[in-house]
Amino acid sequence: MTNVLDVRDFSVEFRTRSGIVKALDRVAFTVAPGETLALVGESGSGKSVTAYALLGLLDDAGRITGGSAMLEGVELTTASPATLSAIRGKRAAMIFQNPRAALNPIRSVGQQIGDVLRRHAGLSARAAAAGAVEMLRAVGIPDPARRAAAYPFELSGGMCQRVMIAIAVATRPALLIADEPTTGLDVTTQAVVMDIMGRLAAETGMATILITHDLALAAERAGRIAVMHAGHIVEDAATATLLANPRHPYTRRLLAATPTAAGDLGDLRSIPGSLPDLRRADLAPCRFAARCDRRLPACDQPLVWRDIAPHHRIACGNPA
Amino acid sequence: MRGLALRLLGSLPALVAVVIVTFILTRVLPGDTATYFAGPTASAESIAQIKAALGLDRPLPEQFWNYTKALVRGDLGMSLTTGQPVLKDLLARLPASAELTLAGLLIAMGIAIPLGILAAVKQGSLWDHACRIIVTAGVSLPVFFTGLLLVYVFYFLLGWSPAPVGRLDAFATAPPTWTGFYLIDAAIAGDWETWRGAFAQLILPAVTLGLFALAPIARITRASMLAVLGAEFIRTARASGLSSRTVILTYALRNALLPVVTTLGMVFSFLLGANVLVEKVFAWPGIGSYAVEALIASDGAPVQGFVLTMAILYVLLNLTIDLVNRALDPRARQA
Amino acid sequence: MSDSTFAHARHVVSENPVTGFALGLFVFFVLAAIFGPSLAPYDPLASNTMRALQPPSAQHWFGTDQIGRDIFSRVLVATRLDLGIAAASVALVFAAGGFAGLVSGFFGGWVDLVIGRITDTIMAFPLFVLAMAIVAALGNTVPNIVLATAIINFPLYVRIARAETVQRREAGFVDAARIAGHRDMGVLLTQVAPNIMPIMVVQMSLTMGYAILNAAGLSFIGLGVRAPTPEWGIMVAEGASFIVSGEWWVALFPGATLMIAVFCFNLLGDGVRDIVDPRRRT
Repeated sequence: MTNVLDVRDFSVEFRTRSGIVKALDRVAFTVAPGETLALVGESGSGKSVTAYALLGLLDDAGRITGGSAMLEGVELTTASPATLSAIRGKRAAMIFQNPRAALNPIRSVGQQIGDVLRRHAGLSARAAAAGAVEMLRAVGIPDPARRAAAYPFELSGGMCQRVMIAIAVATRPALLIADEPTTGLDVTTQAVVMDIMGRLAAETGMATILITHDLALAAERAGRIAVMHAGHIVEDAATATLLANPRHPYTRRLLAATPTAAGDLGDLRSIPGSLPDLRRADLAPCRFAARCDRRLPACDQPLVWRDIAPHHRIACGNPA
Repeated sequence: MRGLALRLLGSLPALVAVVIVTFILTRVLPGDTATYFAGPTASAESIAQIKAALGLDRPLPEQFWNYTKALVRGDLGMSLTTGQPVLKDLLARLPASAELTLAGLLIAMGIAIPLGILAAVKQGSLWDHACRIIVTAGVSLPVFFTGLLLVYVFYFLLGWSPAPVGRLDAFATAPPTWTGFYLIDAAIAGDWETWRGAFAQLILPAVTLGLFALAPIARITRASMLAVLGAEFIRTARASGLSSRTVILTYALRNALLPVVTTLGMVFSFLLGANVLVEKVFAWPGIGSYAVEALIASDGAPVQGFVLTMAILYVLLNLTIDLVNRALDPRARQA
Repeated sequence: MSDSTFAHARHVVSENPVTGFALGLFVFFVLAAIFGPSLAPYDPLASNTMRALQPPSAQHWFGTDQIGRDIFSRVLVATRLDLGIAAASVALVFAAGGFAGLVSGFFGGWVDLVIGRITDTIMAFPLFVLAMAIVAALGNTVPNIVLATAIINFPLYVRIARAETVQRREAGFVDAARIAGHRDMGVLLTQVAPNIMPIMVVQMSLTMGYAILNAAGLSFIGLGVRAPTPEWGIMVAEGASFIVSGEWWVALFPGATLMIAVFCFNLLGDGVRDIVDPRRRT
């Protein structure tokens, strides 16, 4: 089966007052239909930047400097703003953390879903309103016809996240990017929201990229996990493989810091050192080298990604 | 609906405060009414007599009660200068002031809101710099001086606008009264010559007021638009692929307008004051110039009537702003 | 602390030449206010009907008015009165509004309630109209203009001082002082008042321009200062009737000076805010 998204050598830079930040360096991954890929890493590792850059949502300071990203055969890196705008919300949709703030406070949730349907499905206002109610039903909101007229402040956080999902999947996209979708929700609501996403993905064959710092969540919900560190994907493997046989020193530290893979990467303060300064001109080829206890002289050679087993890729000169 | 009723009730304290303050001002206003009536040669006895006749020798609470009763009847006293009841004078002149103030406000909003949006959307652009300059310079303009400058340039030098002699020049007749707004009344009457005449008279004073109100509106529009454009729901709208038109107008602007509407209360406070000065510059026959004339003649009742009218208008405007805010913001309806 | 404030001030001025420019203008106006009367080339009240309504010339830089007085001298001499009225009213409202805000925020309760009612009442009026009413009621004098201008700014000062005080009180160091045995008033004046000073100073510089405008506006409609006293607002009012016949200089020079003075204080106010309170930059 062909991949929904195929990202290769994808690099992004930000211009700041204090220099150029090399935020992403040769990021590569693929997502197949129906598959859930988790992008896992500390905050600042480049997970969200990857999503924003793919969809053309970087602010003016950010720039894609190389590589390719094919979504259903369309090259995103060179696509015009108009093309990207037509793809966003239609073929590739995104949901965010803090759902109540992510919704327009003075527009009813039905209208907000309807806006997407009118834009991408070309529906009339009336058809869009009916479609919005259908979507609310699809994400399991009780009494959808009445709730369509509600404003975000009248709904709970979990309900708002369901509305966000409804907005995202309204046009049956091929790819859903969920950026920390459960942060700020209580535990039971988290599970419900993840279940809804999983069910919709299974029904429509939608691919999902789950961006999270919560390794336990990734382990539970994703078929594959890509670990990010300082703008690099350092290890990418099937979830079972990655948990059982992590090869990159950083992945091992992550797992060690969250022994049962049930903890939270917030505990990662136990990993010595911090993310390197990505503005430095003399940035080491391996950005983990400064924190690594397996560092070899060879680690100062240009970084290469290699498959150490089928479907198990790492970027390390001295894997464990 | 209950919230609405509560809000209406909420204006009552302000109205009561206004009445109390104007009452206090009545009691201390110089050019003591009794002395004035009695004439310069009056004896102390005749002054006391007139005081008794006017009820000014009663205890203050009783005077306040009488004052409030008179107000409820619409009795604001007589103007010594015009010989008319103050209420009648004020009602006759109010439309002139209202037409001028509203025209000024429309001009200000018509320029300031698009400018503020452009400045925020294109941050650091020429529009942004223009907005900054206008905001700083605008609040520094003495409104009576800008009015005079405009008269000098557009009347004396260029001859584009008519002499600043009020709402219509001496040869024109006012259109039949419907609303008291000449532009509307002339349009209703189909009298386009009068309409043009009234428009020509209105434009300079309205622009003067508009320039004055522009700065605060532009400032708040820019600031709130900037804040909204950085909001998370705008990111959602972009991520949903909505057109930039929809993102900016439907999503960002409507939210950004909420603080702008709230700020209009402050703008009206400035506008109603500036209105007095502009009316004097342009000999505009509104309630502001009426009050100024009365001030010069030490004619107390019209001044009190004017202050009371302005304050009540201001309370009503604030109420209107609140209602508009409720219409725009579902969260305000809830509270 | 003061060293770094000074360094920050220098940084702000060098980063923002407009503030430096405003500072220069400010010094100029202050000098004019102090030395104006002794520098004026003519007696600002001396009329000379032979030389009435003369346009600007080498003898009369700003021309002469309808009774031949030298406009330059009048504008120069008026600086002291105009700035004096504004400065006095700002100082008055700083003291009264600042204190009211302090006690309102510090003690809360009925003190807060009463002060809140007073400010609400003031805010119920369009401010300039209220100033007109106060001057009309109390009498047409300079002190009454000062008072009226202070009163209409009162709510603003109370609100800012109150908000800052509440914030300080909640920060807890007031409680610490109280536990250490200090009396309430002592805590208020020694612990809280100095802390809200910077933001109040910012407010003073931001209010100066508005106070000048307000006072000049009152004089323009014949309240407060009376002719023939040289004052910018009155001079513009006197010049107004000559605008339509083309004698622009009578109104222009006092009006432009007024405008520049207000502009200068507004720029300076923004600059002072950037130095003291960089967060509130817009």
